[in-house]
Amino acid sequence: MTYIPISPNERDAMLQTVGVKSLDDLFDAVPKKHRFPELDLPPALTEMEAASLLSEMANTNENVREHLISFLGAGAYNHYVPSVVDHMLRRGEFYTAYTPYQPEISQGTLQAIFEYQSLMTNLTGMEVSNASHYDGATATAEAVNLAFAQFRGKRKKIVMSPTVHPQYREVIRTYSQGMGLEEAGNDATADLEVGPEALTSLIDESTMLVVVQYPDFFGRIHDYTKLIEDAHAKGALVCMVANPTALLMLKTPAEMGADIVVGEAQPFGIPLWYGGPYLGFFTTKKSYVHKMAGRLIGETVDNRGQRAYVLTLTSREQHIKRERATSNICTNQGLLALASAVYMSVLGKTGLQQVANLCYQKAHYAAGELSKIDGFGLCFSEPFFHEFVLCCPKPASEVNEYLLEHGIFGGYALGNDYPSLENHILVAVTEMNSKREIDTLVEVLKEMSHE
Amino acid sequence: MNKTGGTIVEPTIFELSSPGRLGVTMPASDVPETALPPKHLLRSELPLPELAEVDVVRHYMRLSKFNYSVDDGFYPLGSCTMKYNPKINEDTCRLPGFLYTHPLQPIETVQGNLVLMFELQEWLKEISGFAGITLQPAAGAHGEFTGVLMMHAYHKSRNDSKRTKILIPDAAHGTNPASAGMLGMSVLTIPSDARGNVDLKALTAACDDTVVGMMLTNPNTLGMFDENIEKVVKMVKDCGGIMYADGANLNALLGIVRPGDLGFDIMHFNLHKTFSVPHGGGGPGSGPVGVSQRLLDFLPSPLVGIVEEGDDDIEPLYGFITPKQSIGRMKAFHGHFGGGLVRAYTYISMHGPDGLKDISQYAVLNANYLQARLRGTYKIPYDRICMHEFVAEGSFEGSDIRALDIAKRLMDYNFHPPTNYFPLIVHEALMIEPTETENKDTLDRFAEALIKIAEEAKSQPELLHNAPHITPFGRMDEVKAARELVLCCWLPENYETMK
Repeated sequence: MTYIPISPNERDAMLQTVGVKSLDDLFDAVPKKHRFPELDLPPALTEMEAASLLSEMANTNENVREHLISFLGAGAYNHYVPSVVDHMLRRGEFYTAYTPYQPEISQGTLQAIFEYQSLMTNLTGMEVSNASHYDGATATAEAVNLAFAQFRGKRKKIVMSPTVHPQYREVIRTYSQGMGLEEAGNDATADLEVGPEALTSLIDESTMLVVVQYPDFFGRIHDYTKLIEDAHAKGALVCMVANPTALLMLKTPAEMGADIVVGEAQPFGIPLWYGGPYLGFFTTKKSYVHKMAGRLIGETVDNRGQRAYVLTLTSREQHIKRERATSNICTNQGLLALASAVYMSVLGKTGLQQVANLCYQKAHYAAGELSKIDGFGLCFSEPFFHEFVLCCPKPASEVNEYLLEHGIFGGYALGNDYPSLENHILVAVTEMNSKREIDTLVEVLKEMSHE
Repeated sequence: MNKTGGTIVEPTIFELSSPGRLGVTMPASDVPETALPPKHLLRSELPLPELAEVDVVRHYMRLSKFNYSVDDGFYPLGSCTMKYNPKINEDTCRLPGFLYTHPLQPIETVQGNLVLMFELQEWLKEISGFAGITLQPAAGAHGEFTGVLMMHAYHKSRNDSKRTKILIPDAAHGTNPASAGMLGMSVLTIPSDARGNVDLKALTAACDDTVVGMMLTNPNTLGMFDENIEKVVKMVKDCGGIMYADGANLNALLGIVRPGDLGFDIMHFNLHKTFSVPHGGGGPGSGPVGVSQRLLDFLPSPLVGIVEEGDDDIEPLYGFITPKQSIGRMKAFHGHFGGGLVRAYTYISMHGPDGLKDISQYAVLNANYLQARLRGTYKIPYDRICMHEFVAEGSFEGSDIRALDIAKRLMDYNFHPPTNYFPLIVHEALMIEPTETENKDTLDRFAEALIKIAEEAKSQPELLHNAPHITPFGRMDEVKAARELVLCCWLPENYETMK
């Protein structure tokens, strides 16, 4: 298969205009001994063959819609995506455009991202949102970069809750290798029962940033107001990693006083897709906008007096500032920001509140039923949203294997990340899980506990 | 409502909202009701729009029509490789088996995904000549950062702490110095010579035992393949540095030469440029990184590998492996699987070795053809056989017309402008990359438009100064945007309190 629209005759005419005899003659600058390597790759397929090959590969997987009941969450959630979302994403005008550097012919992308920014600020209660990051983990790492820049490297300590997503903590560690940071709180053996107040004693005058998750990795809802006050008293900034579905119901991070609110917006209209691409959102206060990484769309007018939108504050970015740039980031997740904007628009206030409520109700029904089974119980007593830690009578890996034999993904086994939680499963329930699915999970675990 | 005071062409989704309108609704709950959390944990209001489905569809349809895209026409943005995005990719990446697999599923249940990732790693190794590949980086700049972290880790593992200086040619992409800056490295800019190659004299002077490495784009942003590439690589490696290739311009090299064979140690791919993953209006991209033997142990974790060998009857089991001295994780989960890796896999499978070579040969032919057609009308400061792109000067003697004016006027001829003002070493640069998916007629029309614009620059310069004329929007007041910083909007009823 080829997508090259040039006939042999046209090719020859073009070669003549260029003044060379053959296509190969265009590459004289390439060292001869390495020129034109024989690539050992499978022969080309036609579209029909490729479609069938890819179908076969996809069918080798067992997926959470057609084959298995799933209670897996832990940072990626199985939500319903209204049909409209993908219809809009499939518009070639959106998905085959580049970053909107030429605003006169990119107002579609620019206004859509401006609206995405607006939806995120209204959701979090914060003042500004950028045009997005690669995912929730890298958005969190960019919050560390912002804090580092804010204190000009003079404060080097970050206090991080052990209940921030383990992979996010890993990414922060990778990203900050050149900064010489001191980390506190990020300890897998920490007492996981205690609330956010345990972090307060770790915050001091050298602390640049406190990172907490909301709801935390175990699904618990904490009010961070007091912690944030304490952090501010020491001059530190606070970043909250928030789940956007939970924010539809819960007190906003802005009301608690957070300085930066980031998170993974995959739950808003983006398929599970085996982990990506997803959508990192990043919102903050207006006073930090110059230190924020990423693209930013602002409102203006064109020379015909029409309201319009442009990329703004680009002087922060790599193509202008080069090694002094806030970040090297240049793409955002444009198309997925559009997906989440369409998702929020088409569900609207009412539909979104219904989603959040269904998640909450079903998760609580599941938690209630599961904790009635002999040997099982809820690990924590705090309020939770749509995810909770189930304590099992044997190692979580064994429980999950048993469940998988019955066509169920029970949830995320916590032992690898938290040695003290070897027998614990993080269970996520969304609007996609029917009562019947939850009852099946309960039945199967009952059988297991009787065996 | 309208802070900046312009006429509203399309209202925002917030302005279109009307309280009580319903869009997509959810089923009623099928479980017994649980009380909500205590009130002090709940939000008091949710200030989001309320619209019907038809309102939403028409809004986004109208917005889509304000965009110019590859599906609309020629998009010769230099260094961006805006090639046609095959429609079959849109179908394969949405197969339910890919769409609905969770990143934390047991590996036994996602062998299809893992085989795809493993084979893509193998294919990218074969195409580039590297020993190992990570598929994790989310974009080109993310891949660059991954590469710089590996350079840093490599020298650190050898207790070679003197190395703090990174060499970057003046023709490099801005992301290169920004990536190095993220690790606190100092950047030493190496000039280009008159033929657009790395200036060997300047490079000789820069090479010492403080060099971390060199980040080189080849072909560079002038579209020139460095004629001394083997010398450059040898000089940097002889002083203990690591050679990094910016793979943004790989579309010129498929089946032509493998960067690994030239002695490069690291390269990031841009699957959204070379391998037809759509650009999506600014992402998501996908930026896998290849490394030579000596950097294998430093790759990000996890990689996809065979965790249980197969035999005649049993397929091997694919899973995740962690390199010994890994720099760590670059993002959550496994990379841009659905949007990036599946599309790139589909594309490569449909090309095979000969098809890939055709891509680069025709990309280079198209660029040289356009260069030949414009020579004589526009100054080409580095005028030799180019690779997949070339740079012309967008100015004329005795005229105040600038590259920007030419770019904007091109819109009136229904073309997307080339990249302008980059690379910085060319005065009023117009950087033109046609890609292999354009036919001769399109290239001829584009050349004729540029030739006509050169005439207009003399005869009717105001036509260019005020361009574009036929687009839905005119030139923007960028100063106003930066000064007033209106970065979001609200529901009409909240407008007064929020602004």
